[in-house]
Amino acid sequence: MSQIQNNIWAAPRLSMRWWPVFQRNWLVWKKLAIPSLVGNIAEPLMWLVAFGYGMGALIGQVEMGGEKVPYILFLASGSICMSAMNAATFEALYSAFSRMHVQKTWDGIMNAPVRLDDVVLAEMLWAAFKALFSVTAILLVMLVLDISHSWKLLVAWPVLLGVGITFSCMALIFNALAKGYDFFTYYFTLFLTPMMFLSGIFFPREQLPAFVRVIADWLPLSVAVDLVRPMFLDRWPDEPVRLVLVLAGFAGVSFWIALALTRKRFRS
Amino acid sequence: MNNPLLSVEHLVKRYGEATVVNDLSFHIQPGECLGVIGPNGAGKTTTLRMCLGLSEPSGGEIRYFDGLQMPGDALAIKARLGVVAQSDTLDPDFTSEENLLVFGRYFGIPDAVIRERIPQLLEFGALSHKAKAKPGELSGGMKRRLSLSRALINQPQLLMLDEPTTGLDPQARHLMWERLQLLLQEGKSILLTTHFMDEAERLCSRLLVLDQGRKIAEGKPRDLIAEHLEPEVVEVFGQGAVALGQEAGLKALAGRVEVSGETVFFYTQDSRALMHALEAWPAMRTLHRPSNLEDLFLKLTGRQIREEG
Repeated sequence: MSQIQNNIWAAPRLSMRWWPVFQRNWLVWKKLAIPSLVGNIAEPLMWLVAFGYGMGALIGQVEMGGEKVPYILFLASGSICMSAMNAATFEALYSAFSRMHVQKTWDGIMNAPVRLDDVVLAEMLWAAFKALFSVTAILLVMLVLDISHSWKLLVAWPVLLGVGITFSCMALIFNALAKGYDFFTYYFTLFLTPMMFLSGIFFPREQLPAFVRVIADWLPLSVAVDLVRPMFLDRWPDEPVRLVLVLAGFAGVSFWIALALTRKRFRS
Repeated sequence: MNNPLLSVEHLVKRYGEATVVNDLSFHIQPGECLGVIGPNGAGKTTTLRMCLGLSEPSGGEIRYFDGLQMPGDALAIKARLGVVAQSDTLDPDFTSEENLLVFGRYFGIPDAVIRERIPQLLEFGALSHKAKAKPGELSGGMKRRLSLSRALINQPQLLMLDEPTTGLDPQARHLMWERLQLLLQEGKSILLTTHFMDEAERLCSRLLVLDQGRKIAEGKPRDLIAEHLEPEVVEVFGQGAVALGQEAGLKALAGRVEVSGETVFFYTQDSRALMHALEAWPAMRTLHRPSNLEDLFLKLTGRQIREEG
């Protein structure tokens, strides 16, 4: 079939040709890993220290499912989802846009036998990988700080990769629509920032007015927090199947939309 | 006749009401260099994009090699093509070597094989001393040669080059031409689009002239000139030159007279009588030369005010 599907809503046609594209991003990143690492974990840790220890001292403990837990544990278990979201989003917006639009890397790749669908898949997985990388570094620091040491964190780790995948798929929709970097401000201001405050990262969603909660409970970041937080408390999430399916639904639908809009962008 | 490497039949591309490629047919035989020339907006790049499977034709057929069809068999065709796009798509974060390595991987070529090919490709691009340099440290000509070397990583039979020397200085252009001629000598085939008539004349065994999406002429450069033009041109310029274009005595000696700006072009079968007659205007400056592709191009695509002599 054609490299760029003419019917933009046609089913994704994926093959292993995404791998050399992923490898390409990996090779670039290896050269810049240290500054990237600092940027990816320094900021989340500052949030954690400032809010967790600072505010935590004022707040004391938060009640979670009948159990009282230190505020820093509450915050850490939520903010790690936010870190996964942010890392994936930045990569799938700014960096992917640079490669797609500014450097024309994608055009170069499509002069080789690689389909656009595989390029988009590679970018999606790459952004998710970046999220996993950040999350891993932060998790290690949290272990060192002894915030949590549940063995269930080993299960939380792949779940956080899934969170990265979901937000990477969502960001690629906006990547496909962007005419310039400024466009991404809308996504952050209108979507990510409100979600950050509504998803129960900084305070329990029980504090929200009932009509806001109806929406807030179904936000992808809320779902991610509901999945990951219990594992920090050495418990299993309630309704894990529903939560995983919701997250997978967000990812799948977003990927399809992102792919369709990217095909539309490249089709001429 | 061999089987053509590329054969395009009745290709059409429409954008809404506008038809930018209109019933275009052509082919490329093994070992041939086909030049596609035409003014801006003639449909050159659109045609190339359709041939590369990046744009869906509104009609017609594009066949490669032994019956592979674009866009249906795009990946199988791409595996055997070398492409140099109009603007460089080199990776700015990679050295020359890494650019070749990463690009080779897109073809599924094993790393060991790519690494074996890299030194030869860098040498071919006269870039051996720049193996560790990033594109930002390369001159315009070097970047184009790296793009060409990169396009050769899969040892393609057919190269598709979109304006390969646009923006290069004369030295860099000549080096590029030399490399392309080497490839032709090795038996590779090339399709290239260009704005430069000297490039077309030098490299191309056959030319396709496009205007407004249609093929308006096709043939060997020399044949096209012989077919459409008188063999000699006398250009006259200077104060009052334009008025000479109306001079009945001179017009009678020329096959055709064209005026462009302040210059008069007398196209003629034999310039001796004309040159002699022009001695009556000693203040005029004249340039006597054989007619060339540029004259042909301007005649066919009509950017000049034409006056039949």
